[in-house]
Amino acid sequence: MTVAAPPKTKHNLKLIYQKPESLTDSPTHYCPGCTHGVAHRLVAEVLDEMGLREKAIGIAPVGCAVLAYEYFNIDGVEAAHGRAPAMATGIKRVLPDRVVFTYQGDGDLASIGMAEILHAAGRGERITVIFINNAIYGMTGGQMAPTTLPEQVTTSSPRGRDVATQGFPIRMSEILAQMDGAAYVVRRSLHDPNNIRKAKKAIRLAFEAQVRGLGFAMVELLSTCPTNWGMTPIEAMNWVRDHMVPAFPLGDYKVAPELQKLRV
Amino acid sequence: MPRELMKGNVAMAEAAIRAGLEAYFGYPITPQSELLEHMAKRMPEEGRAFLQAESEVAAINMVYGAACTGARVMTSTSGPGISLMAEGISYIAGTEVPAVIVDVMRGGPGLGNIAPSQGDYRQVIHGAGHGDFFPIVLAPASVQEAVDLIGEAFDIAEKYRTVVFVVADGSIGQMMEPVELPEPRPLRRERPDWAVSGAAGRPHRTLTSLYLKPEVEERINLRILKRWQEAEANEVRYREYYLDDAEFVVLGFGTAGRVALSAVRAAREEGIRVGLFRPVSLRPFPYQAIRDLAQRAKAFLVVEMNGGQMLEDVQAAAQGQVPMRFYGRMGGMVPFPDEVLEEIRTLAADPPTPTENPRARWLAHMMPA
Repeated sequence: MTVAAPPKTKHNLKLIYQKPESLTDSPTHYCPGCTHGVAHRLVAEVLDEMGLREKAIGIAPVGCAVLAYEYFNIDGVEAAHGRAPAMATGIKRVLPDRVVFTYQGDGDLASIGMAEILHAAGRGERITVIFINNAIYGMTGGQMAPTTLPEQVTTSSPRGRDVATQGFPIRMSEILAQMDGAAYVVRRSLHDPNNIRKAKKAIRLAFEAQVRGLGFAMVELLSTCPTNWGMTPIEAMNWVRDHMVPAFPLGDYKVAPELQKLRV
Repeated sequence: MPRELMKGNVAMAEAAIRAGLEAYFGYPITPQSELLEHMAKRMPEEGRAFLQAESEVAAINMVYGAACTGARVMTSTSGPGISLMAEGISYIAGTEVPAVIVDVMRGGPGLGNIAPSQGDYRQVIHGAGHGDFFPIVLAPASVQEAVDLIGEAFDIAEKYRTVVFVVADGSIGQMMEPVELPEPRPLRRERPDWAVSGAAGRPHRTLTSLYLKPEVEERINLRILKRWQEAEANEVRYREYYLDDAEFVVLGFGTAGRVALSAVRAAREEGIRVGLFRPVSLRPFPYQAIRDLAQRAKAFLVVEMNGGQMLEDVQAAAQGQVPMRFYGRMGGMVPFPDEVLEEIRTLAADPPTPTENPRARWLAHMMPA
């Protein structure tokens, strides 16, 4: 029996890993140990695998991912702070056969953009939302976010977040799962390879929800910000595991029946 | 097309649909809500996008998104809504995508009231958002003119890749007048080469208002300004009435201009050589035409439904070459022709001195110490 030879590179090496077509060759500006790069790659892999690259339109937020449109090899636009779901709505309503997604941080989505995300979910807007929750404002230099944990020190909660005066963290997946228009709302984490694999599956399902016209879909990804947390990359991964996961439990908050049967 | 009796807001909505509008996003606010309601009924009938947004903030950002696909898109609101839309308007201008906004102006500031006003002049004309850009602003004085300007607004927005406002005071939105609607135009099939649509068979495209390098942002600002300069050269519009032999010139836009026209006609019957200059494009403002009038008129009378917002632009245009008076009603009050006629009579009998302060004199008259 003859076996086909594996594809060879010019150096006679086997290619086992490469950049997804849905990413550009541009180097990113993300800090060492930040999980934005991981999240970008997962989204790009899913777009490649589903054959959606040429149909996709991405909406970048205001926040650390403000330049995401330079890293994704797809058509993209840049929204005002928090307004990505409204902009996505405008695009999806005139181009309903395209695949439209927003990529937003916690300040963008859960603070200034709270109205836009709630109503996009309430309308069952057929968009996919990638929600990066790292419990802090990254781009502006480490201020308190709506997701900052109680007693967490930030530049605008220098004595630690005092819940008596600065309120409690907001759990977006739990809130959005209440919306009748939501088809898929889950929380995953990017702090280790096992969780990263689970996150990719969730991103896949969030795009499947849109392609199948089921309604609003969001994947919340617990993420690191070693620079503004004042930690090494490894300390930051551990902090997600030890502090964020207990405060923001991982899990499926809403999964439409059509998606429950799906194997991806 | 036969003439029909239509409410201004409904006529403007139908005119936009006939101009090939592909998507409408808006939020209810008096006195423009009939425009949104007509869109709610008609856009789905035409298989086009209609959505009542959760706020004016969301509505303008939906407009922004749809505009990035190259679709013909509009929203409508009133002053408090323009305040909320300022953010999105600036992003649309900075991204250089076309959009049309109808502002049916009401009394203000604050919650004000729902009566007709021209109080948004300064807000809309001088930017309506942060940063360096000029929107193009058109002001109708009748339902028919509103219909005609809406039709043109989309072409102008696309030509200059900018925001075009149609500012109608509440009375234009609310009153019914006979109007001839244009024939429906077919929807455009082709998309502009800058629009996002999915990167199929071409390099990926990005639409943004973010330029981190100041030298690049400066170039974009200069490009926007250059395009504005073209608009200034091509898009100045105004109407002149009885100006050929006029010694005195009344200047007013929208409903104030229309009320002033009745007063001018009455004054003519009394033998006063007075005419009316009515700016239709408030941006670009007809500076040169007003400058020319200033050189041959004995005096100007500026009439507005605000505290003299356009007055400042008329003063800038006249460059001190003609003495000026001002008459305004505010807060939702509409001037009667008789009030303007009385001002014209006084203007002719006792013309202003070159150093007279038009606003101070008017204010002292309206609210004596």
